[in-house]
Amino acid sequence: MKYLTMEVTKDGIAIVTIDCPEGKVNKVSSGLLNEVAGNLNEINNDKSIKGMVIVSGKEDNFVVGADIDELKGMRTSEEVIAYITKGHAILNTLESMNIPVVACIHGNCLGGGLELALACNYRMAVNSPQTVMGFPEVQLGLLPAAGGTQRLPRLIGLTAALPLLLTARNLRARQAKKAGLVDELVPPYGAKEAAAKKALELAQRGNIKRKLKRSFVSFLLESNPVGRAIVFSQARKMVTRQTYGCYPAPFAIIEAVECGLKNGKAAGLKKEIELFGKLVITSQSKALMSLFFGMTDLKKNPQKSLARKVGKMAVIGTGLMGHGIASVSTAICDTILMKDVSLDAAARGMKELWKGLEKKAKSGAIVAFDRDVQYGKLIACDDYSLFKNTDLVVEAVFEDIALKKRVLADVEAATSERTIFASNTSAIPIADIAAGCKRPENVIGMHYFSPVPKMPLLEIITTDKTAPWVTATALDMGIAQVKTCIVVKDGPGFYTTRILSPMLNEVILLLEEGAIPNDIDRAMRQFGYPIGPVALIDEVGIDVGAHVAKELSPMFSKRGMAGSSSLMQLFARGYCGKKNKKGFYLYDVKKKKGQKLPNEEVYALLGGVPRKKFAVELIQQRVSSMMINEALICLQEGIIFCPRDGDIGAVFGLGFPPFEGGPFRYIDHLGAFCIVAMLESLEKIYGKRFSPPQILKDLAKSGKKFY
Amino acid sequence: MNANNQDRVAVIDACRTPFMRSGTAYYDLMAWELGRCAVKGLIARTGIEPSIIDYVIMGTVLADVSTTNVAREIMLGAALPGSIPAHTCTAACVSANIAVTSACDMINAGEVDTVIAGGTESMSDPAIKVGKRYRRFLLDFTMYKRPKSILGKLQLLKGMKLKDFFAIERPAIAEYSTRLSMGANAERLARRLGITRKEQDDYAARSHRLAVEAIKNGIMKKEIVPVVVPKSGKVIINDNGPRADATAEKLASMKPAFDRHYGTVTAANASFLTDGASAVLLMKESKAKALGLKPLAYIRSYAQAGSDPWEELLLGPAFATARALNKAGITLPDIKVLEIHEAFAAQILANIRYMESEKWGREKLGQDGKMGVFDLERLNTRGGSLSIGHPFGATGGRLIASCCNRMQEENAQFGLVTGCGAGAVGNAIILENAQ
Repeated sequence: MKYLTMEVTKDGIAIVTIDCPEGKVNKVSSGLLNEVAGNLNEINNDKSIKGMVIVSGKEDNFVVGADIDELKGMRTSEEVIAYITKGHAILNTLESMNIPVVACIHGNCLGGGLELALACNYRMAVNSPQTVMGFPEVQLGLLPAAGGTQRLPRLIGLTAALPLLLTARNLRARQAKKAGLVDELVPPYGAKEAAAKKALELAQRGNIKRKLKRSFVSFLLESNPVGRAIVFSQARKMVTRQTYGCYPAPFAIIEAVECGLKNGKAAGLKKEIELFGKLVITSQSKALMSLFFGMTDLKKNPQKSLARKVGKMAVIGTGLMGHGIASVSTAICDTILMKDVSLDAAARGMKELWKGLEKKAKSGAIVAFDRDVQYGKLIACDDYSLFKNTDLVVEAVFEDIALKKRVLADVEAATSERTIFASNTSAIPIADIAAGCKRPENVIGMHYFSPVPKMPLLEIITTDKTAPWVTATALDMGIAQVKTCIVVKDGPGFYTTRILSPMLNEVILLLEEGAIPNDIDRAMRQFGYPIGPVALIDEVGIDVGAHVAKELSPMFSKRGMAGSSSLMQLFARGYCGKKNKKGFYLYDVKKKKGQKLPNEEVYALLGGVPRKKFAVELIQQRVSSMMINEALICLQEGIIFCPRDGDIGAVFGLGFPPFEGGPFRYIDHLGAFCIVAMLESLEKIYGKRFSPPQILKDLAKSGKKFY
Repeated sequence: MNANNQDRVAVIDACRTPFMRSGTAYYDLMAWELGRCAVKGLIARTGIEPSIIDYVIMGTVLADVSTTNVAREIMLGAALPGSIPAHTCTAACVSANIAVTSACDMINAGEVDTVIAGGTESMSDPAIKVGKRYRRFLLDFTMYKRPKSILGKLQLLKGMKLKDFFAIERPAIAEYSTRLSMGANAERLARRLGITRKEQDDYAARSHRLAVEAIKNGIMKKEIVPVVVPKSGKVIINDNGPRADATAEKLASMKPAFDRHYGTVTAANASFLTDGASAVLLMKESKAKALGLKPLAYIRSYAQAGSDPWEELLLGPAFATARALNKAGITLPDIKVLEIHEAFAAQILANIRYMESEKWGREKLGQDGKMGVFDLERLNTRGGSLSIGHPFGATGGRLIASCCNRMQEENAQFGLVTGCGAGAVGNAIILENAQ
C-alpha cells in the first residue's frame, strides 16, 4: 500500500499509520481514501482485531487537510459531490465500527484531518506546541465537508463549535482538551503505544464515558429548539455584520449545522455534501483558493542558496512598527538590538514585546523558558556601539528622508559589508534613501504592515543596486517570519502604498463633493473591504496619509492626476486620526448601533454642509477602480513582476476583497472589456485619472486573461 | 604560560549588569536571568558568532535549588547553541575569579579556544529552609518513612514542639569550620592588626566617593550592559549602591554591626547584599587574531591560595598575589592598576598591612621580605565592593572589567585582580595590557 501501513499488536490492536509518499505532510486524497476503505474492510473482517489506532507516520503532522490540488482539478460539481460522498461513506464506516478506534494526533490536525479524527471513538493528542487543530475551510470559501459540521457540534456543543467552524480559529493541545475536542493529552514520544493501550482498554471496557462540558448558559441555549434558533439567528447576524454578506461559506456552514441538529445527522451530512458542491464552484471559493496557491508559491525562496543567515539583527526605532518587527524575529535570530533615542524608549518597545510573548506562553504556543529566551535576545541600546557584525538592520524611524539618511550613514559607520540595511518606509523610494551612501548594494526596503504580528504581508523593495544576496536574505527572513512576501521594484510608494494612494485620494474627493464618511465606508465594506477607507485613514493616521500623498504627488502630477490637498490641510489643523482622537470620525462618543459617528467639524474643510447622498455603486466603482487602475500601471511599469504578486499584495496588504482574489483576478472575473467600458464612462465624467491603462486595453482587445 | 612566544589567553571583553542592592530593582529576577543579561550583552558588544564559543563557566555562591547548574541555564537562556557545555563553579567570593582562571587552564591545556566565564548572584530571593525538626518530619512523612498507620504518623510528631513548625533557617554568611560569621572574623582581624574604626570609615567613604564620581563621569558605562526588567520594562543603567552622602563623618555615627560593644566593623564599612552578574570573554591569542578581534588584555599569570580560616580568613589577596607575582616574574610596584575585592574596609587594610610587612612577607607569603610599598592611589579608583556592591558570584568579573578598562585608560602595562573568599581561599590574576 502506498499511503497506509498496518501492524497488529500481540494484543490484537491494529495500528494504521498514514504516511503519504508525496511530501512532508499527510493530505486527504482519493488515493488515501481508497486505501482507508480497503483497510477498514480488512479490519472489520478480521475478528481477532479488538481495537484500532490511527496515527501519522510524519514527523510533525497528523493530517493537514484535503489535497486542494486534487480538488482544484475537479471540473464539475458532480465530480466533487461524488468524491465527497465517498469520503462520507468511509468516515461513516469508521464511525460505526464495532471495535474502538483511537486517533493518535501529533502536529497539525486540520480540516479533513480533524474530520477523520472526529469519526474515531477517542482522540488522544500529544501535548506539545506543534499540536494544532482547527477547520481552515472557511478561509477557502468552503465548509468542512467530511462530517465536520455534524460531528463537531455533537462532540463539543453548538456554541463552542460554531466559532471554530466560522472563524477557522485553531486550538492548541491544551485548548483542545479543555474544549472537549480531544479526550486525553499525552506527552511526546510513545504516543502510538499509549494509543494502542487505550484502544485495548476501551475494547475491554466496551464503552466510553464522555461528559459534554458546557456552561449553564450554553446548556439553556443548546438543549432545546428555541435556544438553538436564537444561536443560529445570532450567528447569522454576526456573519452578516462582519462580511456584509460577501461570503457564502459561513452561511452554508450555519445552514449545514442547523439542518443536522433539526433533521438528524444523516440529513445534515447530506446537506453538507449538497452545500459543498455549490460552494466549490463559486467564484469566491475559486478566488480564495488561488490566493492560497499564490501564498504557497511565495513560501519558497527561489534564491535560497544566496541567502545568508541572520544571527544578529537590529531594529532602529522601537515604536509600534519596530517592536512589531522584533516580535516576529525573536524566534529566528540570536540577538536583536533594540535601538532608540533613549534606553527608556527602547524599553517601552521591549515591554510590549514581553506582553506578546507572555500571551504566546499562556496559549501554549511556546513554553515559559522559550518566552524568557526570546525576550533575552533583545538588547536595549541608545547608540551604535553594539552594532558590530550585525547581519540585518531594519530601520523603522519617523518617515523623514533626512533622518533615514542619517540613520543609514550611522549604521554604515558602525557596521561592515556583511550588514544589510533595510528600511521599513512605506513611501520614500529606497534609492533616494540610499543615494550617496557607502554600500548601496546592501540597502533594501522591507515594508511591513501594522500591526506586524498580525498582518501577513511583507513587501520587499529592491533598487537597481541591491545585491542578489541581500534580496535573497531579506526574503528568507520574511518567510521565516511567516510573512507572505512579494518582491517589487523601487519607486515612490512601491506597489502597495502606490495603489492605495489614488484610492484614498478618490475617497477624499468624494468627501469634498459632499459624501458622508459612513456612506463611503459602508459601500466599500459591501464591496468586500474589511475596513472602510475613511476609517482606514483615521486608523493609519491623517498625518501618515498626508505624508504619503505629498511623497507621491510629483509622480501623479506628472501623469496629470493632481491629488487633493485636503489631507495636508487637515493635518495642518492638527487632525491626526484615531491616535489623537481628531479624525473623520468621533472617538470620544459611543458608537450608535455599531456605527461610528462622523466628525462634522471636518466638513468645513471638505465641501461644507449639507452633505449629499451618492449611489452605492458609484462610490464602489470610483474608489475601487482607482486602485485597480494603479495596480495595472504598476504591472505595466514593471514595479510588480506578475499579476500574482499584485493580487497577493493588494489582498494581504490592503484588504482588497479576498473573495475577488485581487485586482487582476477581479479583472479576469468581470472581463477586461467590462472594466475598460466602466473606466471610460467614468473618465468622461471625472476626467483623465480614470483613463484605462494601455495594458488593460490590449488585454480587452485580445480577449486574453491575466491568469 | 607567560613566555612570549607562546599562545597567551586574551581577555577580549568583560562586562557586567548594573549591581543593585538586594531587594531593589532585581527583586523579581532570578540569578540565571541576570547572568543571561551579562552573557548576552557580552556577545552583542563583541559581535562574535555565538557558535564559536566552546565552553561557559559561571560562578555563583547561594545557588537556587531549581537552577543548580546556573551556568547552563544562563547560556541556554542566552540562546547559545545547546552543544556548548557549561558548568557552574563555586568558591565563595572568588567564584567568578576562579571561573576565569579555570577557563585559562582549559585554554592553556589546549582543550578549548573560546570560553565565557563570569558569575551571577541574586540575594533577593535566597532559599530559606524550614527548621530542622520540621524538615525531618516532612521528609520522613512524605519520602523516607511514609508510615501507613495513623499511629505511625502520630509517632513522627513525637517530641516536636509547636515552635518547631515555625522555626526557619536562613542561609548564614558564616564559616562552617570556625562558626564565626564573616563580620566577626573581620573584627578579629582588625583587632589583631590594630586597624582602627577611623581608618575603616575613611576607607569606606573613599570607596563611595570614587564610585559616585565614576558614575557621574560616565566611565562606568563602559563596563555595564543595561538591564531591561521584563514585565515592568524598567531600564537599569547604573549601580544603586554608591552613596554620595557616605562621608567619613556620617559613617562614624554608625553602630558596630557584629560586636555591639567594642567592635569597629559597621554595616557601612562592610559590603552589602547585592544582585548582579558579570561575564568575561576569554580566547586563545591566535584565535582572536584569526577572528580579527582586538583583545583588551592578556592573562600574564594567576594563582590560587589557601590560608588559615581562623587568623587569615580574609587575607586571600596577599597570599594569592604573592604567588601570582612570583609566577609573572614582576613585583608589586610594577603593577599600576590594582583591583581588589572589598569585603570589609578592615579586610582591605589588613591585606595592605600584610603586603607591606617584612615579617609576614617572609613568614607567611614566601617572599624575601615585604612585597613592596602599597600605593593606595592605584587601588580601586572607581570604587569597590564596599560601594558598588558585592554579588558574591559575580564580583570577580566586575574586577576584571574594571581592571582592563583602567589599564587602557591609564596606559598601564600590568593590572592585578584579586579577592578573598569564605573558607580562607584567595585568587589573584595578573593582566597585561594588550594595546
